[in-house]
Amino acid sequence: MATNGDLLALEHVNQVYTSGERPFFAIQDVSLALREGEFVTLVGPSGCGKSTLLRIITGLQRPSEGRVLYRGQPLRGINPHATIVFQTFALFPWLTVLQNVDVALKARGLPPTLRTARALDLLDRVGLDGFEGAYPRELSGGMRQKVGFARAMAVDPELLCLDEPFSALDVLSAEALRGELLELWTTGKIPTRAILMVTHNIEEAVFMADRIVVMQKDPGLVVTERQVHLHHPRQRKAPEFLEMVDRVYATLAGQTEPEHIELGSAPGEPGRTRPLPHTTITDLAGLLEQVANKPGDRADIYRLAEELGIDSDHLLRLTEAAELLGFATITGGDIALTPLGETFAEASILARKEICATRIRRVPLVRWLLSMLQATHEKRLERGVAQTALELDFPPEVAARQLETIVDWGRYTELLAYDDTRDYFYLEAAGAAPTIPGNSGTAVHEK
Amino acid sequence: MPQTRHVFRVASPMRRTAMWADAVVVVGLAVLLYAGVRLALGAPPAIRGPEISLAPTALPWYAGLSLLRMLAAFMLSLLFTLPYGYLAARNRRAEHVLLPLLDVLQSVPILSFLPVVLLSLTAILPERLAVELAAIVLIFTSQAWNLTFAWYQALTTIPLELREASAAFRFQPWLRLTTIELPFAALSLVWNSVMSWAGGWFFLMAAEIFSVGRRNFRLPGLGAYLQAAASQGDAGAILRGVGALVLVIVLLDQLVWRPLLAWADRFKLEMVEGEGTPTSWFLTALRDARVVAWAGRAVGGPALGLLDAWLLARMPSPTHLGENTGYAARWGIHALSVSGALVLAYGGLRAAALLIAVPLAAWADIATGLLLTLGRVVVALALAVAWTVPLGVAIGSSPRLAAWVQPLVQIAASVPATALFPILLLGVARLPGGVNLAAVLLMLMGTQWYLLFNVIAGAAAIPQDLKLTTALLRLSRWDRWRTLILPALFPFLVTGAITAGGGAWNASIIAEHAEFGGQVLSTPGIGSLIAEATAAGDYPLLLAATLAMIVAVVLLNRLVWRRIYRYAEDRCRLE
Repeated sequence: MATNGDLLALEHVNQVYTSGERPFFAIQDVSLALREGEFVTLVGPSGCGKSTLLRIITGLQRPSEGRVLYRGQPLRGINPHATIVFQTFALFPWLTVLQNVDVALKARGLPPTLRTARALDLLDRVGLDGFEGAYPRELSGGMRQKVGFARAMAVDPELLCLDEPFSALDVLSAEALRGELLELWTTGKIPTRAILMVTHNIEEAVFMADRIVVMQKDPGLVVTERQVHLHHPRQRKAPEFLEMVDRVYATLAGQTEPEHIELGSAPGEPGRTRPLPHTTITDLAGLLEQVANKPGDRADIYRLAEELGIDSDHLLRLTEAAELLGFATITGGDIALTPLGETFAEASILARKEICATRIRRVPLVRWLLSMLQATHEKRLERGVAQTALELDFPPEVAARQLETIVDWGRYTELLAYDDTRDYFYLEAAGAAPTIPGNSGTAVHEK
Repeated sequence: MPQTRHVFRVASPMRRTAMWADAVVVVGLAVLLYAGVRLALGAPPAIRGPEISLAPTALPWYAGLSLLRMLAAFMLSLLFTLPYGYLAARNRRAEHVLLPLLDVLQSVPILSFLPVVLLSLTAILPERLAVELAAIVLIFTSQAWNLTFAWYQALTTIPLELREASAAFRFQPWLRLTTIELPFAALSLVWNSVMSWAGGWFFLMAAEIFSVGRRNFRLPGLGAYLQAAASQGDAGAILRGVGALVLVIVLLDQLVWRPLLAWADRFKLEMVEGEGTPTSWFLTALRDARVVAWAGRAVGGPALGLLDAWLLARMPSPTHLGENTGYAARWGIHALSVSGALVLAYGGLRAAALLIAVPLAAWADIATGLLLTLGRVVVALALAVAWTVPLGVAIGSSPRLAAWVQPLVQIAASVPATALFPILLLGVARLPGGVNLAAVLLMLMGTQWYLLFNVIAGAAAIPQDLKLTTALLRLSRWDRWRTLILPALFPFLVTGAITAGGGAWNASIIAEHAEFGGQVLSTPGIGSLIAEATAAGDYPLLLAATLAMIVAVVLLNRLVWRRIYRYAEDRCRLE
């Protein structure tokens, strides 16, 4: 796998978490090589392990299995040739801009006289001269991230790792900073040999990278890789650009399968339990209405992200939910409403509840929880019991999120209710409503 | 803004301020020097002897000695806190031992320690030194635990991204300590130091005169002065003593704590520009003074730079995110835990042997004593809640009222209740049930401030829009309290009550049993049992009563307070 020109190579890396009896793969059998001069992005839904992979590459985390080679040598501990730019900047709020950069040089053992000159030069290069004495809290998000970049450059990294560096910024600063980073990179103004960026923004990945590595979750593994042969500066409205975005979306959104495969099986039954995408029905309704406004009730998924003003991660969860409930089908990066989906989009609030209820009842996870509720004497079920049962199929936090989603879907459709004070699910028809007046979980809340 | 900073730096800004600030600093230095020389050279013979002189001229020396004792104990607390918290935060196995231990230490009634410490120290050291050390250790035990918790908590709550950044940039331990850990903990360490000093004054008053068995120990200091004054019934001396104490406390507040708090404000983690940052005239003076700036440039800066460079050159870069526990350190921990276990086993055996000697009747006394003291604690808490909630809400929701009441309240709160206790006893001892009343009042005086400050903070944290909503809905006064104010206060009230309750139990040892003017005033309770066992040198009973109190306090915290606290945090915390 590793050839001599590779800066970095991962060989069959696994990251396994054991909770209870079952091991869960945060990362499964990932092999990846980074060549000199390459700008690679990792894209995928949240929870697919892309940030973990970044931490493994920088040496902040050790993989459970597999090897990490840097220039052919196995990596032990923190990678001295790599550095990282954080999503949340990770600046020290009590240090000035200059001191924040200076401290990285100090850790390298540079004498004070050299440090100041060097730090000022770096700040100059990212366009922050004049702001040396400011504290991070006085700066805008974009400027803070510039400090993050200057600090990363301070240690002359061969490999620059970026962990969603633009996702905490407003649209304008993010766009400006992307351009500036590309300029530094493409003109060779920085000594960096390769850049690895994690993002869930697909358009951003296509805009910047030479190669896009697509990951999926449960378990986290590499699905496919795509080379981007477009010249910088790339035009976002160019047909080749849009086509590439469309293709990455198509990979991530997948194809609608026959219903029994889409739904999967219930917990405890043979087969794979399909986790519910973490969305609210209200948001799902918003998506369906947007698609229903299009000619032919179909749309390019990548266009929806921009129209709805949500990130691709959120959008893909919504399309997955629409697919799972049979409101839409997905093929080749396009979403099309089914007749049921059309009906839903046009229905009144009450009718929507009815439609949703019939569909949600068919989802094995919900069916499973309902039958457990029916089987109990008082028609109620402790959250802890459901959580324990689900942890046989999912890692604890995923299991908890499943229950959150079920609570939202159940309350919306009035299939089941949840008492937040005493932490149990119950069936409303059974009259198990809470006894404390004015402090009830019976109301249909929407978050 | 940075641009404005440049503009201001060109012209020499505000010359008048700088002159004034220089004057403050120079005069301050002169006064300090003069006072130090006077104290060192001219101590009147009276303050050396065991007898306490009530002459006003002796007061400065007594105040100085008390202050030195506090300072020594505080230094000891810091020396204990830093490594203890570090080990607990960085080593999983150490954490399992050190944290519960700290939890227990925190609920140990401090005054029960004193005779044991004192007697064991007098066995190996000259008496004067032993008594001095025992007092310092006692004060230490009232100052250290909350500091240690604060430091541990800060270390474990440093945001992951900052720790990752420090690892990715390969910060040496020294650099990590000075750029992340200490700054991150600074604000909470300073706040807890303020609290520690308040607690320290409380016990200093009790630690300077102490009887164990027939032996009577006394140390020259403000606490001894006040007690001597009270037992001689000298009202003028009492007033002078309290005045001196308040003066010392106010000076410390103005010259040390306020500047420190204002300075530590920069270490807030929030990334938005806050309002209402604390200010201090003294810190402003120090910052503006050219003398200070010059000293900093000429001496402080280079010295720190050298220290930094020297330490950094001697520390290897870390290679992992977690603490890389070295071989030696691991052996150290092993050795420590083994010897700790041995000491515990030996101590446990000895303690068991002592406990067997306690007669059954004494256990019955302990049980009734616990109940009686519990009753007093509950009454004191109820009284405290009854007056602090209305006043606290009034202060917390009206900035105008807060502006002039808050400083007064702060001064009142800073006077240790133990200083006023002798006066209080003089006043109410002759009433029927007077000692009982005095005991409850002392508990109240020592603990009400925790509640008041928490209520003020809680009331100030109620969002304006909710207050407006209740006004728009035209809720009656009672409904407004029931739906908004009380639920919003609840978590703060619980936090305050937990601290106050612990303090009240501790205070019972002083509150339920007092001797002065050759007279013993006592009312039954666990505190008086402990105090009497101490006075009589009855160690089995002392141990049994102390253990009973520890168990009672820990159980109360675990079974009652923790549940209430969790409920409050879950249901009533406004985010």
